[in-house]
Amino acid sequence: MNAVTNLDAIKADNADNVVSRFAVPAIRCAGCISKIESGLSREQDIFSARVNFSTKQVAVSHEPGLREDAIKHKIEQLGFDAQILADNPLAEEKGGTDRLIRALAVAGFGMMNIMLLSVSVWSGAMGPTRDLFHWISALIAIPVILYSGRPFFSSAFMALRYGRTNMDVPITVGIILATGLSIFETMTGGVHAYFESVVMLIFFLLAGRVLDGMMRDRAREGISALLKQTAPGAMVLNDDGATRWIASKELRPDMRMVVAAGDNLAADGVIEQGVSNFDFALMTGESEPQHKMSGDLVLAGTLNLTAPVTVRITAAGADTSLSDIARLMDEAGQQRSFYVRVADKAARYYAPAVHSLALLAFVFWMLAGVGWHQSLLIAVAVLIITCPCALGLAVPAAQVVASGALLRKGVMIKDGSALERLAEADRVLFDKTGTLTLGRPVPLNLSHFAPPQKQVALALAQASNHPVSKGIRNALLADDVTPAVLDAIEEVPGEGMSASWDDLHVALGKPVKLEDHLSCQLTVGDQHFAIELQDDIRPDACEAIDRLNQMGLPATIISGDNAPSVAKISRAVGLTAQVGASPQDKLRLISKLTASGHKVLMVGDGLNDGPALAAAHVSMAPGSASDVGQQAADAVFTSDSFLPVALAVQTARRTMQIVRQNFALAIGYNVLAVPLALTGMVTPLIAAIAMSLSSLIVVGNALRLNGAAK
Amino acid sequence: MSGLAILIPVALLMGLAGLVFFFWAMRNGQFEDLDGAAQRVLIDDEAADDEKE
Repeated sequence: MNAVTNLDAIKADNADNVVSRFAVPAIRCAGCISKIESGLSREQDIFSARVNFSTKQVAVSHEPGLREDAIKHKIEQLGFDAQILADNPLAEEKGGTDRLIRALAVAGFGMMNIMLLSVSVWSGAMGPTRDLFHWISALIAIPVILYSGRPFFSSAFMALRYGRTNMDVPITVGIILATGLSIFETMTGGVHAYFESVVMLIFFLLAGRVLDGMMRDRAREGISALLKQTAPGAMVLNDDGATRWIASKELRPDMRMVVAAGDNLAADGVIEQGVSNFDFALMTGESEPQHKMSGDLVLAGTLNLTAPVTVRITAAGADTSLSDIARLMDEAGQQRSFYVRVADKAARYYAPAVHSLALLAFVFWMLAGVGWHQSLLIAVAVLIITCPCALGLAVPAAQVVASGALLRKGVMIKDGSALERLAEADRVLFDKTGTLTLGRPVPLNLSHFAPPQKQVALALAQASNHPVSKGIRNALLADDVTPAVLDAIEEVPGEGMSASWDDLHVALGKPVKLEDHLSCQLTVGDQHFAIELQDDIRPDACEAIDRLNQMGLPATIISGDNAPSVAKISRAVGLTAQVGASPQDKLRLISKLTASGHKVLMVGDGLNDGPALAAAHVSMAPGSASDVGQQAADAVFTSDSFLPVALAVQTARRTMQIVRQNFALAIGYNVLAVPLALTGMVTPLIAAIAMSLSSLIVVGNALRLNGAAK
Repeated sequence: MSGLAILIPVALLMGLAGLVFFFWAMRNGQFEDLDGAAQRVLIDDEAADDEKE
């Protein structure tokens, strides 16, 4: 428990410390928490460290002089991969749900206390006692309604100002009329006051909103934990040869930055000095590293793999190619904001119907001559009983349960509208590398190698960060091979690894791209062996495509890669493919399909898929995708298996089925209750029972989705 | 009637106290890492940890 207040306590002690945040996706158990926290706290310049297990982040409070990448290095020394996060990226977005939860708590408090008084009135409190109870109820209810009702009031006000109507308009009108009438009844010593109905209505509706908000936050936290910040800054070389750290946003063209091996570039530029391999996966989605030397252009967001280089910056900040693509994506995503959520679609018909019904009831009873007081009472009863309590819960309850079920299967859905759009999709487009395939090369023929060759290969592969080396290393480690002891290991950028083993020259050459796979040469003495590598298709890809097909979603591959390498994959999964497609080509294909009435589900990972992901009706990205891919997609699946794509569509459809059932239940309840209200038989007691009963039934129905993702 | 004069304020105050406590807990970040709280019970005391070293 003492750790909970650690950060706060230290903040108070020391005003000039700095808090930095790191994403550490590998936190999996209590052991990791204590290892990171105690390991970091032992450092001199670090005041405290606090792990957030749910978001897989670490907040470190430290001396202002301590650099973020030094802390990152310390976390890595403790055995965890860490990424520097930008300043508290979730703070603003989470505020919305926090406000709703506070409003919900206040409404809950009001509801319970008013109900306490109301039950006494319903059980027969008479005369002055009843009036006193009504007064106390009013005293509690009015501030509660003003505080907790704000989300609805402001949303209804916004809608009305733009001449539209949404679910919140009938709610607001109902709340205001019912509150006003109850106050009038209280002042004139009337028999019925509807305070508890009003507060209860607000409580149930807020519960729906909170569920909706929590679902969005949960997915966003999960995704931001995966997000890697491109590069927070760079080491800039001064004229006198000294280097200093400059943050990304302060970098300017013509500065010279020194980029170490393993670092991301913070700006676009031209290499002045040095030769290295760059991982352009973020840009092109292809895992093959590109060899760059003096005079070549390198781009922000790419990863320097092998050797330090000096880069003269040509474009920084908003001018980089990375930002250009981000803008293209923004524009492509505009369209999606026109999508109307199911609940709002329902409200379009619902609000006018309810309002005219209440008005009709008022006019009818006025004509029947019962007086304006009695007529208004009935009209308000109609509004309260039809207020879409169950309707407000119908959609979020179902979506929250469904997204929880999907989360357990490794799919993070960003919001409810994504589920709705996913259910409507009727075409699928896949990117190839990293989407249909795992995006990392796996050696095919290592089993033919003799043990000493394997040991040498492992020792050489271990010393390099090249994706091919990583693939070889993982395969050999899984095979329980122990590395050979080598001397003078050297990595020549663009050429490969070389070393000496006893007196033999050994080397692992750079991969050569053959027709549909990679091959790299292992040299031991004067013997040469070819290691064949291939980017494997994700497990269950065929089954997922089969299932999608059965659900009526025919699939096509669209890849930026060349024909032979795509052909092999497309044959293996039995799909047609469009090859050599640029980001614009992908965008064009999607617009063409959309224009012909299709709703496209785009599954892709690279930055080159970003615009397509944003433009498609709905999109998914694997957890290994680039930041841009993950940000543009509506859903992210974290497993190696491809099955989650089919599961997500299936669950989304099941969810919409439940949502429709919930709508039917809510409307059915209205059909039963409205005649009672119209004939003036609805007392506050009946309204309260009807409201809670219908809400419970709707939530119960939604819970059936728990096992939907199978 | 006189009983009510005591009981109703008492009920209201208790409810309010709960509400205030909930607001405090939210602002204090008690709900920020629910999964982590479940894991932390498994960590040995930090004091005991230090003695071992």
